[in-house]
Amino acid sequence: MIRSTPQVPVTHSISKLMLHVGYALIPGVAAYVWFFGVSILAQIALACVTAIVSESIVLGLRKRPLAPSLLDGSALITAVLLALAIPSIAPWWVIVLGTAFAIIFGKQLFGGLGYNPFNPAMLGYVMLLISFPLEMTTWPAIQNGLDSITAATPLDALKTQLGQGIDIPSAMANPEIGNLFGMVAGIGWEAVSVGFLLGGLYLLVTGRIAWQIPVSMLATLTVLSTLFYLIDPARYADPLLHLFGGATMLGAFFIATDPVSAATTPRGRLIYGAGIAAFSFIIRSWGGYPEGLAFAVLLMNMAAPTIDHYTRPRAFGEQRGKD
Amino acid sequence: MQTVRDIFHFHGGLQLDEHKSISTSKPVQDAPIPGMLVLPLLQHIGQAARPIVKVGDTVLKGQLVAEADGRVSAPVHASSSGTVVAIEARDVPHASGLKAMCIIIETDGKDSALETSGLVDFTAVTAGEIRERILKAGIVGLGGAGFPSAIKLNPGEFAIETLILNAAECEPYITCDDMLIRERANEVVSGARIMQYALQAKHCIIGIEDNKIDAHAALQLALADADDIELVRVPSRYPAGGEKQMIYSLTGKQVPSHTRPLEIGIICHNVGTAAAVSRAILQGEPLISRTVTLTGSAIPQPRNLQVRIGTPIADLLSLSHSREDDIDRIMIGGPMMGFDLHSNNSPITKTCNCVLATHKRDRIEPQASMPCIRCGECANVCPANLLPQQLYWHARAQEFDHIQDYHLFDCIECGCCDVVCPSHIPLVQFFRFAKTTIWQQERDKEKSDKARERHEFRLERLEREKQEKRERHNRKKAALKKDSDKGDDPKKAAILAAMKRVQEKKSTDTPKPRNVENLSAEQQKLIDEADKRRADNKTTENKETDKPS
Repeated sequence: MIRSTPQVPVTHSISKLMLHVGYALIPGVAAYVWFFGVSILAQIALACVTAIVSESIVLGLRKRPLAPSLLDGSALITAVLLALAIPSIAPWWVIVLGTAFAIIFGKQLFGGLGYNPFNPAMLGYVMLLISFPLEMTTWPAIQNGLDSITAATPLDALKTQLGQGIDIPSAMANPEIGNLFGMVAGIGWEAVSVGFLLGGLYLLVTGRIAWQIPVSMLATLTVLSTLFYLIDPARYADPLLHLFGGATMLGAFFIATDPVSAATTPRGRLIYGAGIAAFSFIIRSWGGYPEGLAFAVLLMNMAAPTIDHYTRPRAFGEQRGKD
Repeated sequence: MQTVRDIFHFHGGLQLDEHKSISTSKPVQDAPIPGMLVLPLLQHIGQAARPIVKVGDTVLKGQLVAEADGRVSAPVHASSSGTVVAIEARDVPHASGLKAMCIIIETDGKDSALETSGLVDFTAVTAGEIRERILKAGIVGLGGAGFPSAIKLNPGEFAIETLILNAAECEPYITCDDMLIRERANEVVSGARIMQYALQAKHCIIGIEDNKIDAHAALQLALADADDIELVRVPSRYPAGGEKQMIYSLTGKQVPSHTRPLEIGIICHNVGTAAAVSRAILQGEPLISRTVTLTGSAIPQPRNLQVRIGTPIADLLSLSHSREDDIDRIMIGGPMMGFDLHSNNSPITKTCNCVLATHKRDRIEPQASMPCIRCGECANVCPANLLPQQLYWHARAQEFDHIQDYHLFDCIECGCCDVVCPSHIPLVQFFRFAKTTIWQQERDKEKSDKARERHEFRLERLEREKQEKRERHNRKKAALKKDSDKGDDPKKAAILAAMKRVQEKKSTDTPKPRNVENLSAEQQKLIDEADKRRADNKTTENKETDKPS
């Protein structure tokens, strides 16, 4: 058989990439288990099984071979990310429904891996949030995961207080609220965020994700939250809460960096990351939801093709404006 | 001359495993004269050469056997003495695997050569004469492309600022330029001077990758007292030896898309070509042999050989004691941009720089392609700063106008994107497919444009002829009308005259009364009655004639 060049040993593969994304999630998940109990592991397992079953069913209907798609690991990563995004004490059917929706409607109906315009995990998350707001906002309290004792997340608590016209310093003075906070953000949650940050840095350093999206996203969020915090600290949460509370770290390194649905040009990725940060900040500060990352990601998914169109890099030897 | 020159770093590229040292430990060896020489008529870019020998002719080493045909062409010379036994289609090293016309010479082993004479002082002749001699020596670019060198040494209307000699040799495994420089640095340098003279170039730079320490030292030695040629090291990073990449690394100038380096005052030649030019001008020796790297895991003793053009590759493999059963594949050129050899009977041509035979145990299984996930790794390594992921998307969808918005034709097919693609998509194959399809469409369009032009011209001609006919007709009609207005028509005049005569005759035709004197009353009465009847008749007659006919 005649083969084509280049003919050098193969080093990269999608399944390897996904495997390393999986490794990178370990510190964050470990912190999650440490602070909130093992129920998250059950959720992850349930999500993974659902993802594999849903993917197999659709591939069967589409008469596609199962092995390549199942082995690439992308469905599993979607499942794990969705499991991490929803409350670990949510009823079992929430994650099953969400994962099935993410895989079937978010990914396979568009043609499978590589063809989905939206981040499947975020699509599943938003569907759940809109359909089951109660289940989706009941979070575990620290150290009591399996006993299903609930507590508000810091972003949630602040949002509620602000909504009642109570400013941040007064809210924090209330022990019920203040005790939710650790050093910089929610107690426990800040550790989970640091875990995701560490895993994300691993991916960044090993070149497995593009640096532009997380860097521009975190930088934009820092700048915006600092600006508004300086203007009115009574009404706007401080930058550290924005960075280490909520889904910021998971989003910046694991969700926004999903290459399929993100912008693909270097400059486009900077804009894409900044856009996610800006929309997240807007929704958190002035929107109806305490956390806006999922909506921000979906909005920027929609904008990605346009961003790519206008941010094409100058080709080597291209004479722009001289045509 | 050793100068400090800022090196510009091109975008992307790859740090590849070199595999070069395995073939540089031994000096270049002369390969023996083969029993048969297979000389393809097309070993260059352009028109195939035209044979000037026939079967049965005896030829000497260095004798012209096929002459250049057309402006872009190169002649072919016998690389040893012997008899022409056939002129026919044979296997040649080409990606297509198609056979091509070759002159087959059975060698006599005597290697009797034609008398040759070179120039002692090349500056004594004109640049044009130098080019003429280079053309006659059959020299083409030995770096791989094989463009006739005489044409690339003609600056034409452009003033050449810089001649660059490319000694990067950035592909893994290939070491023929490296070894040639180590052993024949003086030839390279004198070739460079001849080229600079032919181009009337102001500067000459030799660009060499920094992994070629011995070759660099050899050039330094050869340039010891000279200050006319600059020797510059560039970082070893594939594809540093790409023409546009080398020009950028050394000068910081980007060759604009769709133009030749010549247009920005730069010409780039391979070092092997320079050595061949030196031999052609100073010794009068045509291009009949070249340095070839014989390497790869299936070659027990990898090394460089000085091989006569036309030597079957099978001869080289047996020379190296390689076992056919061990060989997985044989490539011509390097592992990045080379191509598979279809038949071991194919000969070494002017552009074969490397024969790479890999062992079965090192077989790289073709990977199944997965969908593109737009990770952008390909864009990160693209030395042309393109977006291969977008090019691929449009190539797959056969959107050939969109794909050109993404600068498909700036792709140099270096293969970096293929190497890093986690989905194992053969990207370069897609881009080659898109390029050739677009070329085909352009050729078709040109053809149909011509046909349409012809058709439109015909319609125009028919319309013009019709118009001319109408005008002729109108002119004639107008002329007739003018004549009748003048009343010159004799027929009409005759009719008018006749009618006048009838009228006159009618008015004068009243009968005269006769014997009317002394009439009786009765007679008078009869006459009156008769007259009255006549008068009555006349009025009715007149009435009848007045009727329009």
